[in-house]
Amino acid sequence: MSDVTATRHPGLNLNHTDRETHDRAESVMFGFWVFMMSDLVLFAVLFATYAAQSVHGIAGGPAPAEIFELKSTLWQTLVLLTSSFTMGLAALALKYRDDRRRLVLWLLVTAALGGTFLYLEGADWLRMARDHGAVPQVSGFLSIFYALTGTHFLHVSAAMVWIGVMLVQIGRFGLKPEVKLRVMRLAILWHLLDVVWIGIFTFVFLFGVVQ
Amino acid sequence: MTKGIPVSEDEGLRAELRSYAIGGILSLALTGAAFWLVASRALSLRTTLLVLGGLAIVQIAAQLRFFLHIDLRKSHRDDLQLILFTALIIGLMIGGTIWILFNQHARM
Amino acid sequence: MTPFGLLDWSDLVFAGFLRDPSVNEAVASAAGAFAVLGAVAALVVLTVKGWWRPLWSGWLTSLDHKRIGIMYVVLGLVMFARAIAEASVMRAQQMAALGEPGFLSAEHFGQLFTTHGTIMIFFVAMPLLTGIINFVMPLQIGARDVTFPLVNAVSLALTAAGAALLMVSLVVGRFSTGGWSGYPPFTGAAFSPGEGVDYWIWAVTLSSLGSTLTGMNFAVTIYKERCPGMHLFRMPLFTWTALCTSILMIFAMAPLTVATLMLALDRYAGFHFFTAGSGGDMMNYANLFWLFGHPEVYILILPAFGVWSEVFSTFSGKTLYGYTSLVIATMCIAVLSFTVWLHHFFTMGQAASINAVFGVATMLIGVPTGVKVYDWLLTMVRGRIRFRVPLILGCYFLATFVIGGLTGVLLANPTVDYGTHNSLFLVAHFHNMLIPGLLFGMFAAIHFWFPKAFGFRLHEGLGVLSAFLWMGGFLCAFMPLYALGLMGGMRRMAQLPEGPFGPLLAVALLGALMIAAGFAVFVLQLWWSVRHRDRLAVPHGDPWDGRTLEWALPAPPPEWNFAVLPEVDRRDPFDAAKLAGIAYALPDRYEDIEMPANSAVAPALGAAAFAVAFGLVWHIWWLVAFGLAAALAAIVARSFVTETTRTIPAAHVRQVTEGWRSIARVATPCPRRAEATGANRGRARPQQ
Ligand code: HEM
Ligand SMILES: [Cu+2]
Repeated sequence: MSDVTATRHPGLNLNHTDRETHDRAESVMFGFWVFMMSDLVLFAVLFATYAAQSVHGIAGGPAPAEIFELKSTLWQTLVLLTSSFTMGLAALALKYRDDRRRLVLWLLVTAALGGTFLYLEGADWLRMARDHGAVPQVSGFLSIFYALTGTHFLHVSAAMVWIGVMLVQIGRFGLKPEVKLRVMRLAILWHLLDVVWIGIFTFVFLFGVVQ
Repeated sequence: MTKGIPVSEDEGLRAELRSYAIGGILSLALTGAAFWLVASRALSLRTTLLVLGGLAIVQIAAQLRFFLHIDLRKSHRDDLQLILFTALIIGLMIGGTIWILFNQHARM
Repeated sequence: MTPFGLLDWSDLVFAGFLRDPSVNEAVASAAGAFAVLGAVAALVVLTVKGWWRPLWSGWLTSLDHKRIGIMYVVLGLVMFARAIAEASVMRAQQMAALGEPGFLSAEHFGQLFTTHGTIMIFFVAMPLLTGIINFVMPLQIGARDVTFPLVNAVSLALTAAGAALLMVSLVVGRFSTGGWSGYPPFTGAAFSPGEGVDYWIWAVTLSSLGSTLTGMNFAVTIYKERCPGMHLFRMPLFTWTALCTSILMIFAMAPLTVATLMLALDRYAGFHFFTAGSGGDMMNYANLFWLFGHPEVYILILPAFGVWSEVFSTFSGKTLYGYTSLVIATMCIAVLSFTVWLHHFFTMGQAASINAVFGVATMLIGVPTGVKVYDWLLTMVRGRIRFRVPLILGCYFLATFVIGGLTGVLLANPTVDYGTHNSLFLVAHFHNMLIPGLLFGMFAAIHFWFPKAFGFRLHEGLGVLSAFLWMGGFLCAFMPLYALGLMGGMRRMAQLPEGPFGPLLAVALLGALMIAAGFAVFVLQLWWSVRHRDRLAVPHGDPWDGRTLEWALPAPPPEWNFAVLPEVDRRDPFDAAKLAGIAYALPDRYEDIEMPANSAVAPALGAAAFAVAFGLVWHIWWLVAFGLAAALAAIVARSFVTETTRTIPAAHVRQVTEGWRSIARVATPCPRRAEATGANRGRARPQQ
């Protein structure tokens, strides 16, 4: 095959560390990226709706600045960013080491951080609902707020299920090419969910609080 | 450490680890800056919003570069086309929607 | 609540007739009975003929792109029969309702135009084009299958589940009256309580999920599975349009999914995305819907443009004129189609400057489209033209499509649109694009590639007859609507005012009946051709003196398509090979071929999706939970399956290939003048 340093698909490439899997990676990984791009468009449309409804859709209900609490948002952000980093470490363990223990360990850390994020976000929602009566049925703004953050929440939850399935498959099948490629796709999903979250904490929470 | 890894792989690992570390530190720093900006109210509203938007874009770029390995020079052409086209469509959809809905609202 | 949610015996359409034995209810019950009888008849035939097993193992669980493609086309044709019948009933109602109430209630008429529009777009046009791309595109790029064969089957299953939901709504409950675009606040819970809009939401959402997956699958296939030497700029034009359509599907379906899910949240959970009051913004619905809707019309038309390109070139015996300009025009159209969505709601109150920007952008699309028309015309210039059914339809397309395009440019002018918005002028315009452009394109494709798929041609005379019925029918059915629209006739009206409308509506009804008759002749043609398939057989695979790789294969092609992956060094490679006399050379080496093994995952997911959707419509929550759990379980279980392929031994490949080629090589080549006769066995005499 051609130059081993050339990339075949976006994201981490296996290159020379596992030529066999690398040779099979191109269309699967590309396909997953295409899927993710479609998913990003879905988020984009939600963001666009949020931009309008968070300004026009308050309808006498609570405004963003009244219900957001940046401390919680900051914690959620830090936890999720760290999980993106640990997912990166998992991917490197996959690429460079043939011991599964390290990979499993980093996946478990990532899952724990992901779980913490979900817990913090859920608690934050509950707080808003309890202290401000801020439930989605109150206003257009709250509807899209929960839809946007909720869609992200569902994505993270799905990725957690995926981590679980991968842990089982690593135990059962070892690091065969299919399993490796699945972990690599999982990592891409995880990083992109981080990208979406950057949009959420900036354009939803920070923008909401400054105004 | 596992045995039998050639030196060059170790180097590769170190380089990639460094890339992830840079990405991690950058995103923490940019996040910190954004939250600090809001907490301290150091700038006027307008400037704050602009700077926040800028920080988010830089941070997204950092994620793409250091965690997702998107490199404008080294990437395959198909891949770049895909990502740039997505960016274009997202820009059109978000920009168009905001333009239209705010204009309609202003005229109501 | 019962375990069956809101469902009750009185929701059966027949109960409606018992309550109120009017003509209106009789029509509804007859449609319901027709659906039930059709389903029962299908089950009986399958059982009596013992076709269940072949259906299951040969088709439903098959991951072969050719079979999946054929199933898509069958789905599209079945749904077309229903949508055409509904169109005729609507026309009959408007005719009967001049100055009196007519025989349908306004409510029923509303359901008719909603199901007609929804079915035509999502369950006729989309399945037809998806099916044809599925069948043809991998053959044209020299591939053995699409990149993700299982995803392909899942897309079909999701689409079929959506179509099944629509069919069930004929018998259980009522459908939406909100039109194919489903605008709130009318479709919100306050104004449309009940199951109708929910049926619409979930049917459309399933179809949209299926199309997203399809788009992704096709795009990756075209990017990654082309045979050696098949550069992008050597791809046949049909494959180019398939690529652009796929890209539009990837990006345009998401806004639709978001819009329908938001509408569902409004209706089910009291959210306020689009409600009047409480900060909802119904104009955002229009915005989101057309963010999808406009690219959608190009999703529909681009593959037809691809078909026309192949048809003009093949039946003129010439290479396509202006290949590069056609490719660039296709790309321009694809990108521009994301910049014009506002022209569907010029009248919604934004500033004139915004309307102007989108109006100009819309008119711009006329430019690349015009380029295409000239390219097609110039392809025919000095060609040796053969008027087979596809080309007859093609010439008609050129003439009428230009009319539709011109009225489109008129509508793109916001000031004009203020006067014609939502009038029958608009209905005439979009049918003018959709019928000669898309629909005839799909029927041309069916005539063109049918012999490839099944090994025999369709009877030519009956084809010409149905084509003429369609062509005359379209003119009668829709040209009067331009006039009616300008006279003030509005769309979606169960009743139009008396006076000068009568004669034109009568012509329109006649046209609708002619189109329906044309479809009946088409069905007859299928039946006749199947009965006499020996006479029409073209086993050597090249009945039309084709130019691209799919014609290099026997008809029908073997499961693996290419015994050895071809290598190409130019456009129209098969034409060149024929001229060089090497078209039927034998490969010197055969290898084992790995093909995807059958899988029951797709039908399982389709059934689960149907269960979820039906449960959601009727608030049967346990069914929803069960369906979701089953779907998740199927996906996870599939990821544990290790044997997903099946190996076809080289010896078998050799035997099949040599069996065909050794006969094809010595077959008498058929001259073009005998193309439509029994002398055409699928070996073409090359034209110099
Ligand atoms: C084959 C002959 C056809 C006939 C006779 C026909 C007739 C009609 C009629 C009478 C209407 C209602 C117009 C009104 O609102 O007053 C209608 C609407 C519509 N038709 Fe067709 N049609 C045909 C084919 C098609 C095809 C091929 C497509 C698309 C692929 C299509 C898509 C639509 C759509 C989207 C609507 C709008 C539904 C709505 O108002 O929400 N039709 N058609
Ligand atoms: Cu449009």
